[in-house]
Amino acid sequence: MKGLESAGSPHWAPPTSIRGVMLHVLLALIPGVLAHWYFFGIGILIQIILAVSFALLFEAAALKLRGRDMRLFLTDLSAPLTAVLFALCLPPLLPWWASMTGMFFAIVVAKHLYGGLGHNPFNPAMVGYAVVLISFPVHATHWLAPAGIAMYTPDFQDVIRAILFQIPPGGMTWDAISEATPLDVIRTGASQGIMIPEIRGDAIFGDFGGRGWEWIANCYALGGLFLLWRKVITWHVPVAMILATIIASSPFWLANPDVHPAPLEHVFTGGLILGAFFIATDPVSGCTTRRGKWIFGIGVGLLTLVIRRWGSFPDGVAFAVLLMNMAAPFIDRHVNPRTFGK
Amino acid sequence: MTAALPEKFGERLWRFPGGLRLRHFKQMACQSAIQRIKPAGLHRVQLDQQCGPEPTFVVEPGQTVLAGEPIARGSDPLSVTLHAPTSGTVVAIEQRPTLHASARPGPCVIIEADGKDHWFSYPKLDQSASRQVLLEALAERGVVGLGGALFPSHAKLGGGDQDSVLILNGAECEPYIACDEMLMRERPEQIVRGAELMLKALGSSRCVIGIEDTMGGVRRTLMDAVKRLGLKALISVVKVPTIYPEGGERQLIKVLTGLEVPSGGLPIDLGLICHNVATAAATHEALANGAACISRVSTVTGPAIEKPGNFEARIGTPLQRLISAAGGMKSDVSRLVIGGPMMGFTVKDTSTGITKAANCVLALDWEETRRKQPQMPCIRCGRCEDVCPASLQPQKLYFFAREENYERMQADDLFDCIECGACAYVCPSHIPLVDYYRHGKAEIKHRREEAIRATRSRQRFEARERRIAAKEQARQQRLESRKKKLNAGGPDGDAVAAAVARAKERKAATKPATKEPEQ
Repeated sequence: MKGLESAGSPHWAPPTSIRGVMLHVLLALIPGVLAHWYFFGIGILIQIILAVSFALLFEAAALKLRGRDMRLFLTDLSAPLTAVLFALCLPPLLPWWASMTGMFFAIVVAKHLYGGLGHNPFNPAMVGYAVVLISFPVHATHWLAPAGIAMYTPDFQDVIRAILFQIPPGGMTWDAISEATPLDVIRTGASQGIMIPEIRGDAIFGDFGGRGWEWIANCYALGGLFLLWRKVITWHVPVAMILATIIASSPFWLANPDVHPAPLEHVFTGGLILGAFFIATDPVSGCTTRRGKWIFGIGVGLLTLVIRRWGSFPDGVAFAVLLMNMAAPFIDRHVNPRTFGK
Repeated sequence: MTAALPEKFGERLWRFPGGLRLRHFKQMACQSAIQRIKPAGLHRVQLDQQCGPEPTFVVEPGQTVLAGEPIARGSDPLSVTLHAPTSGTVVAIEQRPTLHASARPGPCVIIEADGKDHWFSYPKLDQSASRQVLLEALAERGVVGLGGALFPSHAKLGGGDQDSVLILNGAECEPYIACDEMLMRERPEQIVRGAELMLKALGSSRCVIGIEDTMGGVRRTLMDAVKRLGLKALISVVKVPTIYPEGGERQLIKVLTGLEVPSGGLPIDLGLICHNVATAAATHEALANGAACISRVSTVTGPAIEKPGNFEARIGTPLQRLISAAGGMKSDVSRLVIGGPMMGFTVKDTSTGITKAANCVLALDWEETRRKQPQMPCIRCGRCEDVCPASLQPQKLYFFAREENYERMQADDLFDCIECGACAYVCPSHIPLVDYYRHGKAEIKHRREEAIRATRSRQRFEARERRIAAKEQARQQRLESRKKKLNAGGPDGDAVAAAVARAKERKAATKPATKEPEQ
C-alpha cells in the first residue's frame, strides 16, 4: 500500500506541546496581572510589553547566532513566559534599560549560553530579576503605594515618562512617590526594635500580608489552581514550599509574636505565592522526581525565610529559587523512586 | 509467597503506579458479531510465532496437508508445534517478510487452500486426563499466549502447582482492540471451560478473570457461564478500572492482588499464572475439541477502516483479506498498525500473513497521527514520570540514552520498561521516548552478547596457549629426562663413552665385510 507510514509506537499524536504548556502558564498569570494592574496601575502592563519585546529580540538574536530553528523556538512561548514572570517581580516604574539588562541576562546568559530551552540550570526569570536587584538596587525598590492608600496613582503618560525618561510622576520626587513594600517596612521596623504588632499598624498592611499584595497573591494562587487542574504542574512544590514556610516560621512566631511575623504573613507577602506556583515549579531548573520536588519546595521555603530574616534583601524568593536550582540536579540524582517490583 | 494473596478477589482493588485514562474507541468494532473468514487462496505461515526456539519444518513443498496437521515441530521443552491453517498444498517453504516490527524476512510456509477445509483432529481430552497429558497436548496442539506475548502455555502452566492461582486477563489494555471483549461476550462458555482445563493442567482450583469496568455486561455474561457450568467455587470475575496499561500482566496482578511481580521475575514467583482469555478459549478448542490452535479473533478497526469489526481468521491469512472483510481502507489512511495505537508496530506489506499474536489490525488516519511536530528539547516536566507504570524516570533514561550511557540506563532499570508508550504519548516535547529505550535495550543486549563472545574467544585463546605451553613443557621434559639419562650414564659408568665404544666395536667387526659407501 502506498503512502503508509513507518513509525515507532505510540501512534497517536501527543495531545500536548511545549507551546501549550507555556500558554497555560501565561493564561494562569492573567488574574494576578489584573490584580497587579488594579493595585499598582498600568505600569505592570508596560513592563510586560517591554520585557516580552526584549526577550523576543534577545531570543531571536541568540537563536540566529546559535544557528537554531528560528520559527520553531521563537514560537514556543518560553521566552515570553520568562519575560512575564520577570516583569511581575519589577516595580511598575522601573526604567527600560534595567528591564533590558535583566532580559539580556535571563535570555542570553542564563538560557542560551547554557544550551537554550530545556538546558538552563537556573531559572532565567529569576536570574534576570536578581541581576536587576543587585545592579540597580535603588530603582528596583521604587515601589508605589497600592490603591486605597496611594496619594497619587500615575496615569499612562506618567508611567511612560517614568519608564522611558525616569521622570517621576506628578512632578514629585522619587522619594515622595515611592513606597516601601510591606517586607521592607517589617525589616526596617524590626531593625529599629519596633514590635511587629506596631509595625503592622501601618496602612500598608492588609489582613494577612501587604495591602493589595495579598490580593495579588490570591490571584496567583487562583492561577496556580488552574495549572494544577490542567496538570501543568503537580501539587508537590507549592504545597512543600508553603507548608515549609508555615511550619518553620510558626515556632518563632508562637515564641515571640512581637519580633517575628506570623506564618501567614510570610505566605501572603512578597513573592512567595508567585514563587510557589509559578517560579519554583519551573520544570527545567527544578526537580522532576516527586521526592525531589518535595525537597526542592521545602528548600525554597526555608531559604526564603532565612534570607528574609538575615539576608540583605527584603524578599528572598528569587535567591532561594536560584540556590535550590543549584542543588536540583544533585537532589534528583539521589532520590530515585522505587521501581515497580523492586 | 502465596500467603500474601487476598482471600477473595475483587473485595479490594489496588492501583498500579502511573497510567493513563485514554479514550478507548472500542464500540467501533463491537457493532456486529465475530465474522469467520473462510480459508481460501494462499496462507503464509511464519515459523517465528512463539517465544522460545524456532521449530523445524516437518513438511515439504508439494505435500498436501490437512487443517490442523503439524507442519513444524521442535525438541526444546519450550517448543510448540505449528500447524497447517487449512487443508491444501504446501506451495513453498521460503524466506518471506514476516509480521514483525522490522518486517524482516523469515522462514515461512506457503499453503494454498483447497477450499475443502478438511481437518486433522487430535483425540478429545477432558477433565479425566492427567496433568502431564494435558500439558503435552497443549504443546503438541500449538497453544501459546494469544495476548501477544506468544509464550508457550504448557510451559507457563507446567511451572505452577496446586497452590497457584490462575489469572485470566480480559482487560484489553489498548484502545481500539476489542477481540477479547467480543470473545467474552460471544463465547463465555469456551473461556470458562478453557479456564477449567487450565486449572486441571495446573493442578490448582482457583481462577480469577479480570475484566475492565467499561465492558458493560461482560461480567454478567461470564458469571452466567460460570454458574451454568457449576464452577462458581473455582472461578470468579472481577471488574478493574480501565486505566492504560491495565491489560499489562504486571499491572493487572497489582490491581487484583496488591502484589508486584518482582523486577526481572515472573508472576509464578508470586504463585500466579496469568493467561489471556483468548488463550483459555484456544485451550478449550485444542483439548476438548481436538482442534489445533490455527485461528484467532482479530479486531480490524480504526478511523480509516470502512466497516470495523472482529474477525476469526486462520493463521497465515494475508492482512489484505482481513482488511477487505472489514470493507477496506479509506483513502486517508496514514498508518497500518498491528496491535494498538500505543504499542503496536506499523506494517506496509498487506500480503503478510497474520500470526497468533495479531490481535488487532488498526488503520489510523492523518487526523490521529497528524501532528508530526518536530522534536523539541526535554523540559523535564516530569509528565512521563507521572504516567510510567513501572515507576521509572523516563526523562533520565532519555538523557542517558542521548549520551549513550548504557550502563546508567541499565542501572536505572531500563529493563523494567514495558514499552507501553505512556511516556511518549504525554511528552509535550514530542520525544519518541520508547524508540530510545528500545534502542538502549537492543544495544545492551548486543554488548552483552559481544562480551560473552569475547570472553569465549579469550578462553579459547588462553586454552590454546595453555595447550601449546603444556606440549612445549612436555617436550622439554622429555628432552631433559633423556639428556639426564644419557649424562647420568648407565650402571657401567659413562653411557656416552660406552656407546662410542660399542659403535667402534661394531665398526671394527663389520669393516672387512663391507665397504664404506661412497658419498
